[in-house]
Amino acid sequence: MSAVFKPEETFRGDFNYSNSPQAVRRFPLPFAEDNYMYSVNIEPHLPGPLGSVTEFAFDVDEHYVAECRERAIVLATEPLRYQAMPHMMSSQWDCLELIMESLAHDYPAHFSLAKQGNRWHWINRPLEIDQHFTFGDTATLPREPLDYITRQAQGDFVVMDQREGDLWCEAGMVTTQADWSLDFDLGMTFKEWHGPVPLAHELQVFDRALKFLLNLRLGQPVRRLNWTMTINPRLDTSPENYPQWGTDRAAVTAQNAGDLVHLRVELQGLWRLPRSNAVVFGIRCYLISLRQLATVPKWARRVHRVLKDLHPALVDYKGLTRYRDAAVQWLAPFDDGSPTTSGTAPE
Amino acid sequence: MNDAQTITVEVIGVEQVTPLIKHFKLAPAAGGSLPVFSGGSHIIVVMQGAGRVHKNPYSLLGSPLALDTYEIGVRRMEESRGGSHFMHDAVEVGSRLEIAHPVNLFGLDKIARKHVLIAGGIGITPFLAQLEDLHGGSVPYELHYSVRSSEHAAFLQRLQRREGERLHVYYDSEGQTIAFETLLATQPLGTHVYVCGPVGMIKHVIATAQSCGWPDSHIHWEQFSAPPVGDAFEVFLARSKLSVHVPPDQSLLESIEAAGVEVPYLCRGGVCGFCHTRVLELDGELVHNDHFLSEADKAKAKSIMPCVSRANCKRLVLDL
Ligand code: HEM
Ligand code: FES
Repeated sequence: MSAVFKPEETFRGDFNYSNSPQAVRRFPLPFAEDNYMYSVNIEPHLPGPLGSVTEFAFDVDEHYVAECRERAIVLATEPLRYQAMPHMMSSQWDCLELIMESLAHDYPAHFSLAKQGNRWHWINRPLEIDQHFTFGDTATLPREPLDYITRQAQGDFVVMDQREGDLWCEAGMVTTQADWSLDFDLGMTFKEWHGPVPLAHELQVFDRALKFLLNLRLGQPVRRLNWTMTINPRLDTSPENYPQWGTDRAAVTAQNAGDLVHLRVELQGLWRLPRSNAVVFGIRCYLISLRQLATVPKWARRVHRVLKDLHPALVDYKGLTRYRDAAVQWLAPFDDGSPTTSGTAPE
Repeated sequence: MNDAQTITVEVIGVEQVTPLIKHFKLAPAAGGSLPVFSGGSHIIVVMQGAGRVHKNPYSLLGSPLALDTYEIGVRRMEESRGGSHFMHDAVEVGSRLEIAHPVNLFGLDKIARKHVLIAGGIGITPFLAQLEDLHGGSVPYELHYSVRSSEHAAFLQRLQRREGERLHVYYDSEGQTIAFETLLATQPLGTHVYVCGPVGMIKHVIATAQSCGWPDSHIHWEQFSAPPVGDAFEVFLARSKLSVHVPPDQSLLESIEAAGVEVPYLCRGGVCGFCHTRVLELDGELVHNDHFLSEADKAKAKSIMPCVSRANCKRLVLDL
């Protein structure tokens, strides 16, 4: 999709944010059925239909410029949102290469990459960046490679070293997360950082997902969708800043839920990295208000049903307890009980 | 996994480096460069033999930075069912082969304080690429390379030139052996040991390291068992409702694939666990040749790794 950027958008303060009608139609609804439970919902990250969020490896949409600015705002006061352990340097270069090559290949109007051996020339037109550097030589970039390139990408990134039959969270850029913290998870293993998730351990979701990821192959990335809800289109809902956003929940009523409550969907991609044999986990966050969501009748019916019947442990873990009923009430008039077709397409 | 994304390569160099080992250089047939990889990676080479497809794993031994070619070393196996013989007898400069993307099941530990690499014979190959990563780094390492005799010491000159006194060579023919106890008992804390070579050597290194108190997480090994030949047997695939004949010189996995049924795999060498298949019925015994299942699991005979293992049986039913 050749998006028109909306650089004036904000994800804090006045929350000047919305989805264009095209962005609504391509919203990645995570519910293929009228109910939801955790599963090993991993599929090959193959190019999706033209204009869809999975058309390319990394989706660049109308919120690109504003999201990059939001990231810079967070990092200016909280530099520890980016961290990388020293042994992760080769994986940092792997990530930079993956993102630059993908963006330049998929969005030639916005990005270009020229290489002469190790001498690279990167141009990012939307952000007005023009950078010559030597691949592999950190001194030739203004920041560490992962820091540098993820400031020019939407979504969070976590890089995991693979050793001892496990994945270790040892580098990342995390500013748009749903209530978890890189600073806290750094150095943990796959099951350790998934510790707080209810039910999934018992369902053996993590045993199977880890086994799969340890064998993730070069050139065969995978993806999955995850979701939660957020009050206001706020990207940075970090535990560190809980006091700033936690109280928003109390303001939700059945009258204002359509505008305050947002479905928050993460398109998560996983790539094996070539030099480091590490794995990078991209968490690309999409936000949509219930009001905009309800412009698609099928989605309104479906989300109403999913929310109404959601397992109490998930309601609790996702932090929906205080406002789930208000959201369900707001959605109820859109659900006449008629069946919804399976799959996520708008119909 | 499957081979949906193989890369066609052309053989651009073949050299007999020892009486048993040939060194092959492969370049992308379409030009351009090959995927970046990390030291310790292997590729699956797909060979179109006479009426039969061979798929064998070979470690990449060239520099991970030289991506115009991949290099592999192939030892002629005494009782090979064809893969290594095909490479030795039928592949020459100009031949074309299919390869899959590199996979690393034998990576260096990135937070190790020191690396001790132990190679026996053809087991030197994964280390050659790892040395490229270690060379010039700040983590100390040493390489112990055991060979039958000097004429069997593949890639020795390359190693001597680069590694100097970090390299220790042992010739069986002169009665030289690696003093494993001393070597493993005297390493600083935080050292990782890596071994690749004959089964006996791997078992001995693991046992010695354990008895010296090494944590399992610091002991790494890789051995691709070539699928051994055995007696022919029949297998029934329950979900596909297919009866498949497994001839003596074809692996169970290859026979299943030839019948048109896909089984996920990564290493085809009994290491990764990907081809793990449930045994539903068995009248006879399984011949486990893998390094993945525990002894207890092998004894239970409820699962099999078809890439290398076989059966001596009247009836075998698999959950495929
Ligand atoms: C390897 C890369 C991955 C990373 C870095 C990662 C990270 C995380 C983090 C930080 C959380 C939040 C935990 C908390 O509350 O503190 C989470 C939640 C979760 N993860 Fe992962 N994850 C990864 C892969 C996966 C995979 C492959 C699955 C497959 C099933 C998975 C399933 C889940 C589920 C079900 C949740 C709960 C989400 C919710 O209800 O909101 N994760 N993950
Ligand atoms: S394919 Fe790896 S164990 Fe069989």
